[in-house]
Amino acid sequence: MAAVSSGTATVTLPTDEQILITREFDAPKHLVYKAWTTPELVKRWWSGRRGTVTLAEIDLRVGGQWRYVMEANGGVEVAFHGEFRELVENERIVNTEVYEMPGAPPLPAEDEPLNIVTFTEADGRTTLSLLTQTTSKELRDMIMDSGMEAGMQESMDALEEVAVSLG
Amino acid sequence: MARAATTADVFNAVAEPRRRQILDVLAGGERPAGDLIPLLGLAQPQVSKHLRVLREVGAVDVREDGRQRLYRLNGHALRPIHDWVKAYENSWSERFEQLDDVLDDLKQKEQGDGGSE
Repeated sequence: MAAVSSGTATVTLPTDEQILITREFDAPKHLVYKAWTTPELVKRWWSGRRGTVTLAEIDLRVGGQWRYVMEANGGVEVAFHGEFRELVENERIVNTEVYEMPGAPPLPAEDEPLNIVTFTEADGRTTLSLLTQTTSKELRDMIMDSGMEAGMQESMDALEEVAVSLG
Repeated sequence: MARAATTADVFNAVAEPRRRQILDVLAGGERPAGDLIPLLGLAQPQVSKHLRVLREVGAVDVREDGRQRLYRLNGHALRPIHDWVKAYENSWSERFEQLDDVLDDLKQKEQGDGGSE
């Protein structure tokens, strides 16, 4: 049985327009890349425990499109799509990611958030980093689904301790 | 999501680095405002201004003790911030836990193909 992975994703906000998520996996990077880019495999993890992936289409080439649809527990459909801008096998993926907000006008193309995913291997383990680059703080905050000011992440650990101990 | 333009909510209140420093200091326990002046290297009016903002959103509480005013952290007021980032982090952690399972399968398949272990 493989060693248990470290557990939680780490989320930081490096600038006003970015979200950075990192996580280590107990597997070599070619497998993490494969799980990240193969539709049948994406269907198994992308929804987490919040629902079921009902569609995963990936045209894995520069200029190719991708689209994922999840049916959340409770029946609500959530869909994302985008385009691949850069692909280095087992190393790096750059793609746009657009949330298909029901009833909302589409984002102007130049405002579409960009994801930069990198896979770094050491001793058979892979660190995945997912940097989401938006064009404005407003978009970044919208992605994180709330209105938080930038820069507070430095105190996040302290705040967490405090909230847990006093909450 | 609309939000207050001023410092009226706790998210805005902690966006200011000095105010986060004040919260970090108060996390260690109740203190008079006078203690914060040397610790932060700020003048008394600035410290008072930041404390007022933190008090208005409920992030700190104050009580009179003789001639002193003692400030302390109110963790409950910070809860929304903690919950918000945590929720985002949790949704990704859940995805990654599922991804761990997929990777375990892929590794086993690969080892099976190799014929050893």
